[in-house]
Amino acid sequence: MKDWRARLAPTWSKASVPVYSIVLAFAVAAVVVIVSSAFTETGFDPLLPFAAYARLLAGSFGSGNAIANTLVSAAPLMFGGLAVGLGLKAGLFNIGVAGQFLVGAFAAAVAGASFATAPTIVGMPLAMLAGALAGGAYGFIPGYLKARTGAHEVVTTIMLNNAAALLLTWAVNDLVRAPGFSFPRTADIGQSALPILAGRNLHLGIVFAVAAIFVIRWILDRTVLGFEIRTVGTNPNAARYAGMRPIFITALTMTISGLLAGLAGAIQMLGVIGFYAPGITASVGFDSIAVALLGRSDPIGILFAALLFGAFRAGAPLMQIETSVPIEVIDIIQALVILFLAADLIVRKVFRVRAPKVEITEMATVTGSWGTGTPPPGSAR
Amino acid sequence: MDLLAVPRLIWEFLVYLFTVMPDLLPIILSLATPLALGALCGVLGERSGVVNIGIEGIMLMAAFFGYLTGFALHEPLGTGVALALGIVIAVATGALLGLLYAWLTVTVRADQIIAGTMMNIAAFGMTGYLNRLVITPSGRGGAGVIPPFHLPDQLAAIPFLGPILAMFFDQGPIAMSVIVLVLVSQFALFRTRWGLRTRAVGEHPKAADTVGINVFRQRYMNVIIGCAIAGLAGAYLTLESTGSFQNGMTNGRGFIALAAVIFGRWTPVGAFLGALLFGTATAFGIIVNVRPADGDLGALMKSIPTFWYAALPYLITVVILAGVVGRSTPPAADGIPYAKEGKG
Repeated sequence: MKDWRARLAPTWSKASVPVYSIVLAFAVAAVVVIVSSAFTETGFDPLLPFAAYARLLAGSFGSGNAIANTLVSAAPLMFGGLAVGLGLKAGLFNIGVAGQFLVGAFAAAVAGASFATAPTIVGMPLAMLAGALAGGAYGFIPGYLKARTGAHEVVTTIMLNNAAALLLTWAVNDLVRAPGFSFPRTADIGQSALPILAGRNLHLGIVFAVAAIFVIRWILDRTVLGFEIRTVGTNPNAARYAGMRPIFITALTMTISGLLAGLAGAIQMLGVIGFYAPGITASVGFDSIAVALLGRSDPIGILFAALLFGAFRAGAPLMQIETSVPIEVIDIIQALVILFLAADLIVRKVFRVRAPKVEITEMATVTGSWGTGTPPPGSAR
Repeated sequence: MDLLAVPRLIWEFLVYLFTVMPDLLPIILSLATPLALGALCGVLGERSGVVNIGIEGIMLMAAFFGYLTGFALHEPLGTGVALALGIVIAVATGALLGLLYAWLTVTVRADQIIAGTMMNIAAFGMTGYLNRLVITPSGRGGAGVIPPFHLPDQLAAIPFLGPILAMFFDQGPIAMSVIVLVLVSQFALFRTRWGLRTRAVGEHPKAADTVGINVFRQRYMNVIIGCAIAGLAGAYLTLESTGSFQNGMTNGRGFIALAAVIFGRWTPVGAFLGALLFGTATAFGIIVNVRPADGDLGALMKSIPTFWYAALPYLITVVILAGVVGRSTPPAADGIPYAKEGKG
């Protein structure tokens, strides 16, 4: 028994703050739900959060179908979380996952539609590849600009998110609009769809996503590239003196990050949506940031964080239908989780955590490079 | 295509710009207003050493609560009072969020980029949540918009000067206040004791601390004032410009404002010029649809799809940021939390 505890201790010391943050986030969100219930027609209801959270749980784990939904929602979050997490490892904060996701989804939809009648074994991989390349290219732009000119990725990626939504709307309207539909959309992807593994909707993408977790983990821990990425992230100056190429690594990491986000879009397109139409929402963008931060930008941490947020997304519609608590409560919980992670002082006080502070040290590099290409010397805390 | 086609097109374009000027100028300031106010928030914060990427969220939250106030009170209290209270609530929302943000970044020393991201997600979630819960089911509208002032026709008719006057005076009170706020901030930042302290704290907090400036207090003050101004930007969106609230209606304006800060080299006047530039890009996208050019130029401009014009401000932001950044220097302690010796 003691041995079992001792072996779990290091894991718990890493996971305790994230886990407590989630607990605290649910508690504070419950207060929001209770207070806001007073302003609705049904009136003040102090038990509403319990009903809502019960429905959330039922919608995400209550049945085989619910679990499948959770996995399906988690798959793009694994890719998206990896995209943000890998960037963080190199000291880059890619908040452009939403845009790279859209570009990847669009490319996969167009490629998928053009191979709609080809065998799945040919069309599906090609459509995935198209999504990955498009996302990678869209991630390369802010990566290159950051590396060459110092334009901070936090601003450029957000701008590219907005630009992507508008330009893809144009592309669907004017370039690839499929005939025979009352609204602008791409043609059916037909045979290019990801095969269904089980049940109604559990598609192959989830396997790809879990595989990606281990591939990125391997790259980060076992390859020279991974070592360079981590060194540039913790101390770009040291990396430069050691003969690494921070400029190249920065551009490359953003490209890989965009590629992962593009894959998130591709599997969502080929496994769930099936065609690109303007206004397909990408809550994946914000979710991925929360997933990466909650997972401490560690691939295994991201795996679990993605499953958690996947469960939220899968369960939320049932919660909204049956208890009238708006699904946006998920965004509130998400923000609160990030709040308590960023201000872990609160968590430590409330739960009397003694574990050492686990910081994402690379964030100092991200913040330190604000307004300039490289962080000023001594900015690393 | 003959040899003179290109110069002729450029000439036609200049003539076109000149003819649409009276329509273009007034929209530029109204489009630049939320950007300029957001940028002021950025300048005040960053000059004291606090990066705030949560301006977007603060604007959105203030826009919502300002709108909600007008929505709830315009029937019992009348439109005028409700709108005025809406502005007050929006500014107060900004200030309160500023307090939270300052506490997070100055006292708790949380990472500023993460804290800002949290602010944006929280605002998106909170406003979307309350919008669905309170406003959408009611089916009622808001309090409308604050009526703009009108320039006397005699003044507006003056050639050259008329459109420029209209740009600044054919506006609602918030848009008109921008110029005042920019000039006051510029003066305060570079000509007053408060400004000197702000800059000292942003450049070298330890030195400032040594000579007895309270670094924490100064940063708190700047962040809160800045966020109150961002709150005013939110009020502008719902109470002066559109009269309605849509989820995520800030649409990246908080981030364009950050680009304007960098473009303007961390000065209020510079940031305002940056905001005007982005405002012009947006206004141009609108005007080419409303007042299309004719002839060859018109054909050329019509061949560019509307969505490209709509994406223009975002693309210009990226390009300008890439061109400007290396050549301007942020405050030295920008983004770095301050810890007193022995307390780190």
